[in-house]
Amino acid sequence: MSAVLDPKGHAGGHSDDHAHDHGHPHGWRRWLFATNHKDIGTMYLLFSFAMLMVGGVLALGIRAELFQPGLQFVNPELFNQLTTMHGLIMVFGAIMPAFVGFANWMLPLQIGAADMAFARMNNLSFWLLIPAALMLVGSFFMPGGAPAAGWTLYAPLTLQMGPSMDAGIFAMHIMGASSIMGSINIIVTILNMRAPGMTLMKMPLFAWTWLITAYLLIAVMPVLAGAITMTLTDRHFGTSFFNPAGGGDPVMYQHIFWFFGHPEVYIMILPAFGIVSAIIPAFARKRLFGYTSMVYATASIAILSFIVWAHHMYTTGMPVTGQLFFMYATMLIAVPTGVKIFNWIATMWKGSMTFETPMLWSVGFLFVFTMGGFTGLILAMAPIDIQLQDTYYVVAHFHYVLVAGSLFALFAGVYYWGPKWTGVMYSETRGKIHFWGSLIFFNITFFPMHFLGLAGMPRRYADYPMQFADFNAIASVGAFGFGLMQVYFFVFVVLPMMRGKGEPAPQKPWEAAEGLEWEVPSPAPWHTFETPPKLDATATRVIG
Amino acid sequence: MSATTAAGSTPHYYIPAPSRHPVLMAGGLFLVILGAGQWVNGSTWAPWVLLAGMAVWLTVMFQWFSEAIRESESGLYSDRIDVSFRWSMSWFIFSEVMFFAAFFGALYWARVHAVPNLGSLENQLLWPDFKALWPSAGPGITASPAGTVEPFSTIGPWPLPTINTALLLTSGVTLTIAHHALIAGNRGKTILWMWITVALGATFVGVQAFEYIHAYRDLNLKLSSGIFGSTFFMLTGFHGFHVLVGMLMLLFITIRLMKGHFTPERHFGFEGAAWYWHFVDVVWLGLYFLVYWL
Amino acid sequence: TNDLPGGPKVNQLNLHDPVTKIGEQQHFLHNFMLVVCLVIFIAVFAVMFYSILKHRKSLGHKPANFHESVAVEIAWTIVPFIIVVIMGAMATRTVVAMKDTSNADLTIKATGYQWKWGYDYLKGQGEGIAFLSTLDVSQRTMSDSGKPSGDDYLLKVDNPLVVPVNQKVRIVTTANDVIHAWMVPSLGVKQDAIPGFVRDTWFRAEKVGDYYGQCAELCGKEHAYMPIHVKVLSTEDYAKWVEGKKKEMAALADDPSKVWTLEDLVARGEKVYAANCAACHRPDGKGAGPIKALDGSPVVTDADKSKQIQILLNGAANGAMPAWKTLSDTEIAAVATYTKNSWGNKTGTVVQPSEIVAARK
Ligand code: HEA
Ligand code: HEA
Ligand code: CUA
Ligand SMILES: [Cu+2]
Repeated sequence: MSAVLDPKGHAGGHSDDHAHDHGHPHGWRRWLFATNHKDIGTMYLLFSFAMLMVGGVLALGIRAELFQPGLQFVNPELFNQLTTMHGLIMVFGAIMPAFVGFANWMLPLQIGAADMAFARMNNLSFWLLIPAALMLVGSFFMPGGAPAAGWTLYAPLTLQMGPSMDAGIFAMHIMGASSIMGSINIIVTILNMRAPGMTLMKMPLFAWTWLITAYLLIAVMPVLAGAITMTLTDRHFGTSFFNPAGGGDPVMYQHIFWFFGHPEVYIMILPAFGIVSAIIPAFARKRLFGYTSMVYATASIAILSFIVWAHHMYTTGMPVTGQLFFMYATMLIAVPTGVKIFNWIATMWKGSMTFETPMLWSVGFLFVFTMGGFTGLILAMAPIDIQLQDTYYVVAHFHYVLVAGSLFALFAGVYYWGPKWTGVMYSETRGKIHFWGSLIFFNITFFPMHFLGLAGMPRRYADYPMQFADFNAIASVGAFGFGLMQVYFFVFVVLPMMRGKGEPAPQKPWEAAEGLEWEVPSPAPWHTFETPPKLDATATRVIG
Repeated sequence: MSATTAAGSTPHYYIPAPSRHPVLMAGGLFLVILGAGQWVNGSTWAPWVLLAGMAVWLTVMFQWFSEAIRESESGLYSDRIDVSFRWSMSWFIFSEVMFFAAFFGALYWARVHAVPNLGSLENQLLWPDFKALWPSAGPGITASPAGTVEPFSTIGPWPLPTINTALLLTSGVTLTIAHHALIAGNRGKTILWMWITVALGATFVGVQAFEYIHAYRDLNLKLSSGIFGSTFFMLTGFHGFHVLVGMLMLLFITIRLMKGHFTPERHFGFEGAAWYWHFVDVVWLGLYFLVYWL
Repeated sequence: TNDLPGGPKVNQLNLHDPVTKIGEQQHFLHNFMLVVCLVIFIAVFAVMFYSILKHRKSLGHKPANFHESVAVEIAWTIVPFIIVVIMGAMATRTVVAMKDTSNADLTIKATGYQWKWGYDYLKGQGEGIAFLSTLDVSQRTMSDSGKPSGDDYLLKVDNPLVVPVNQKVRIVTTANDVIHAWMVPSLGVKQDAIPGFVRDTWFRAEKVGDYYGQCAELCGKEHAYMPIHVKVLSTEDYAKWVEGKKKEMAALADDPSKVWTLEDLVARGEKVYAANCAACHRPDGKGAGPIKALDGSPVVTDADKSKQIQILLNGAANGAMPAWKTLSDTEIAAVATYTKNSWGNKTGTVVQPSEIVAARK
């Protein structure tokens, strides 16, 4: 009954827990001192959901201010703080930890391992997020307010920030350390703890995407650490990395940042691809089409992601060869991403589909994420990006890939694996209300932003010319609607599941779902696969 | 299984029981970042918070490692865990490589793009007197575009850095000798060569400290000496810090060897530290050529 | 609210109407991309929705068994590859053209300041002209009041950048403090202005008119309040403007050795303050948030004038208070005198331009 906070609701039917009472601590110790991947996964998920709320409230602050032209609620300074902290909290607090939570819960189950490779370090990775989040959120109350230089933290604006900037930098160091440890844990678990017979090419795609994501994380988080360390020393110790007066270069910051930043956006989408790759076959009742090419496509995306970073910098003034190179390389990413989209559709083709909530979110993901991918491609074209860089078109693009991509896939995953975590089924009606409400309000919020961007409304603006008023008003209404849908989700889906209210979930609630996670009871017992299971030839069933 | 495995037998994969170390360490690090963030802004209480945080952090680290060593010595770690350690150390070192890559990247960018650009014809509009030279020092040359950096001299490869190169390369050899001795089951010899390795590392740190003092006192080369000083001190400084850490690792391994830990067959603690040491060595070679020679 | 010619239209759906060749190409490329992407999108999702409608369990559709086809996979790798190669090829010519800033008829330096633009005519007709371009003060007040109006709300400046039609204008960008970006959608240009470095871009406007843009790189709290207004004039009108501007500048060039009275300096200083300082320190001198109040400030009221003069010339707080070196001696003297004798500050102290001259040395 791992994810169930109130174990009373579950008196019966879990005799398998009792054998391990010795190792099954109760009360606060269970969470603070956790070494159990499921408990740690639960904490990650709850933390990231809390951060989604915080980041979402900040976004609503932005949208409230932008509801009409003129300043009504916040001054421009606070506005920039809202934007910056919204970006930082969503990226580092909500999306990334949510995927790590999924990894913690699902990877050992999916590959037939007893736990993560380094259980204590796993807990450290989680608990490091708490100080980091406290520092970040607390920076609003520091003199001068929170950092206000955008989530990209461009120098030299960061050099003008108050003390909260340093708090932010250290918080990000800690989060980076957490991510690196988490990634090492994930890689080692996948490489070294698979049950016999679970060969790499039989692994669920979620494990594959996370393996590659973890590699990306280890490669780029230290680079971010380097960039913000240079910011720190420029601020306080007299170095001149980004200060031209001393021979440095502000644009150098951007190169280093985006060398991290671009792979970072794929870090936030590859595990989403993994989740969707598990769900679509389950509800199409048909095996995933092109498993091998999915793996290669994922790897190609990861490799390409290292050579496209300067597409965020077309307007900084690169030599023409630079612009051309980065433009071509960026566009190439459409090819492997396309392969994935086509494979999913081919999986659905001639299947026998049903549309329970996880499938709805996955199909929604496919449809809306692809729109974001196409706007990405449009941005990749340097001459067009000259018009659109730093406008709301970019904001539209990345919310299509981040909210409709990453977040939708996360929701899909919660509905899909939630029964395994909590032992109860969610209500199908409520799930559908959540999905349709979110999908509609999402588009009301972010679709008009394309028009705003094309018409030249710059991003990170607290106020804007009158001609942009209508679309902004629509977007703001949509944002509050979208926010309410998430409140609905929390109150009517998450809370009941956490309390264990609802139909008891069968071991395998989805008829055609495949994978070892469905070979253990629901909720997954505290300990699973303590001795490596014997697997059938497809490595999807336990035979002994 | 962890807690339920009978004493004396090695579990398939040891999973530690709940532990207070991680959460305490996170608490310690909270104090560290809180203190550090306030300290750089001149708060008077912050250094104490920072110190307290470091104390908590190091204490927990000590207890945590002690516990792991106890577990290891009592035979709880199977071969499979040994493989896990190998993978994790490799990936950790890879992350360190990428951290240094950021600073090497900065050096590359500054030398090949930023400084030449600042001194280019175009930029004469802004910095008419600046000549793009690296190192940006020397008689009659403004060390920075704005002329805000005092003239300084630079440190060539000779003699200190070369001595340091020799020290580190030798330490790599002595470490390998120690390793071979360990495999051959000759503990006394291992310990002797380990001490020599540690001493070489310590000497390296000493020479580097001496070089820094020399730079600050005699050459007027400081962290604030424009982009040259920035890249020079941050690269060599972070490297020096890593040498220090590597040396401490080797020191603790030596102490463990003296306590009778490790066997000729199983000694990944030793090997992990050795890998780290070689990594530090390789980074140094990069520094030696890119920072001091070129 | 109505459309603003040369600026945004009400609920505009696509890029601005271009008035340069580059702008036209961008427009064309965007429409091209839009069509191609839409076609692919519709094709791909037509398949998906067909499948969703037909291959349902509720219709009794039985799942097929296939899960691999090398031929199909190769096809849908190669075809997108070809498509993106075509896309890249289409854009290449424009990228090269955008980057070609050679042989300009007129070169103007645009310097980003927090939060205004400075223009220096470096080469070509009008060489030597220099002025600052700031958001019209009333716009900022309207913004604060929360009830703005006007078709050119937030786009109106005191001194627009004036250029001749049909001539290649090269804009050299740089910045004084942090990164800004000089963007005018109708002209198809956006170029970051990077402190300590120069970058350039160009345009050749083919139609007389007013074109508007805004700063497009987060540059601090007044980022939304540093618009760009480019006035494109016919060749004759431009020549006239240059002549007029030159005369005006000559008249304005104050003699720094002139000795002023308190009242004259305060009157002059009030204008300088409104144009440069009020954005941060507020019109009432009370400051806001981290911005220091001037009203009652010890630095301002100190008998030793040099402290304030130093801060005005060199900036403070890591550039949060910028260096105002670029203002003339008279302007700095005037604004210092103004702050020393306004609001609650009643020092009676006069700062003469000659003192600024001395302090600059
Ligand atoms: C999950 C996150 C995510 C993902 C997946 C992507 C995916 C892509 N992004 Fe995006 N991007 C961001 C997050 C993401 N991005 C963020 C956060 C920013 C802003 C950062 C900031 O400034 O704050 C940004 C900004 C950004 C820019 C800079 C804009 C600017 O600031 O001026 C560019 C420019 O090239 C770009 C391009 C792309 C491309 C080409 C893809 C591609 O990977 C998309 C590929 C997908 C498809 C193309 C669709 C499916 C394909 C097919 C159906 C095949 C057939 C298609 C063809 C042959 C055309 N992105
Ligand atoms: C990573 C994921 C992510 C996610 C999920 C979101 C989610 C949202 N974002 Fe985004 N956003 C970013 C990442 C993300 N964002 C980034 C990286 C930036 C760039 C920052 C920068 O420029 O530096 C950005 C910038 C950004 C801007 C541009 C700001 C600017 O340029 O000034 C806007 C403007 O509308 C916006 C809006 C929203 C909205 C309305 C949501 C919604 O989807 C949020 C919905 C969630 C909730 C609302 C929370 C749940 C509700 C409650 C807790 C209860 C209260 C609610 C009600 C009573 C209704 N975001
Ligand atoms: Cu200047 Cu934004
Ligand atoms: Cu990118």
